[in-house]
Amino acid sequence: MNNKRENFLNKSSRRGFLKVAGISAVAIGAAPAIKAVSIASGGGEAALPVKTAKTEALTAKRWGMVIDTNKITEEVVESVVAACRNSHNIPDFGIQPDEEKYPNTRPAKKMQEIKWIWEEHYHNAFPEMEDEFLADKFKSLPFLVTCNHCKNAPCVQACPTKATFKREDGIVIMDFHRCIGCRFCMAACPYGSRSFNFRDARPFIEKINPEFPVRSKGVVEKCNLCAERLERGLQPACVEASEGAIVVGDLEDPESEVRAILKENYAIRRKQELGTEPSVYYIM
Amino acid sequence: MSRNAIVAGLTVFVIVALFPFWFNIGRTNAAPEAELSAKAKAAKKCVLDKYDMRANHMSLLDEWRDTVVRDSKRVYKSANGKTFGMSLSTGEDSCMGCHVDKEKFCDKCHNYASVNPYCWECHTDPKEVANE
Repeated sequence: MNNKRENFLNKSSRRGFLKVAGISAVAIGAAPAIKAVSIASGGGEAALPVKTAKTEALTAKRWGMVIDTNKITEEVVESVVAACRNSHNIPDFGIQPDEEKYPNTRPAKKMQEIKWIWEEHYHNAFPEMEDEFLADKFKSLPFLVTCNHCKNAPCVQACPTKATFKREDGIVIMDFHRCIGCRFCMAACPYGSRSFNFRDARPFIEKINPEFPVRSKGVVEKCNLCAERLERGLQPACVEASEGAIVVGDLEDPESEVRAILKENYAIRRKQELGTEPSVYYIM
Repeated sequence: MSRNAIVAGLTVFVIVALFPFWFNIGRTNAAPEAELSAKAKAAKKCVLDKYDMRANHMSLLDEWRDTVVRDSKRVYKSANGKTFGMSLSTGEDSCMGCHVDKEKFCDKCHNYASVNPYCWECHTDPKEVANE
């Protein structure tokens, strides 16, 4: 045994070495290939992660909203705006920032406010429909306006980074991660539904809702039809707070509640003549 | 004549070039270990295994945010069979739902490696929000 080994080492050491080295090289080179083949053929640990929507999620072919102007009062407006503000961490520039936590915060300008859903007068919400002899009630009525989640959304076309996009279910939504703050979308939106974060919003948020992120300085934001709530099977925050004045549902489904309401009532949309096909209807 | 100058120059160069090495001789600058919360320890399994997570958590988070925002899918069943909410900081089954201490879990290594992810400009640290 020992003899044989010595022979091997002495006589054919170079040849032996080369043999072993050659086989090793082939083995090392083949390892990744074998691994790849075994994964491709679905062997062993190759279970792939699966991504799904939540089972309780509310879905629609095209989300739309119906606002009954007869049911909108000042109180409803207030609670709707507050509900939206609280659930999306929208800053309120009217409040005094906490001096201890955020020292030397400059007071905010009114024109820098962030709006998702807000109150507007009839002549601003429907400028082209301001008739000479308008019914008295429209002169004083508060109107709630928000993003119209247009079918042909001009903001989506304007966005150079595809940060604003249209989901398959009709919601026009933003990917804040991608927004570069160019504000083309704000120029494109005929409804003024988009706001730019000129400054850090945190000092002006009374209580941060941990369920939704805050936005950083330099991004645009707007109503997202509570996509994060719909996915948890909840109605949008404004619908919950509106005491029945706002209904959200599937515009493409003839059996849906919104379609039933629209069948029964005369409803108008904002600036229809622009061809953006808004998905928010106002019952007059 | 010029030989001395060259040698002197070279010596200075070598000393300067090796500055980070001799400056740190005798010091212990061990890489920090991310500290697991009790909850994370009890759960045992994360989305990927430890080393994969350490190396690739940023790509995973990037993939997650696109899936959530673009495809509105929020549930992730990982290859090891566990289910997670694809969220950094919202919900019990999100990253921060288990790794509750941002300072000990995230910041420790990020500070050491001198990376400044801008996640926290918008996403909220659940602990910070709770203390308000």
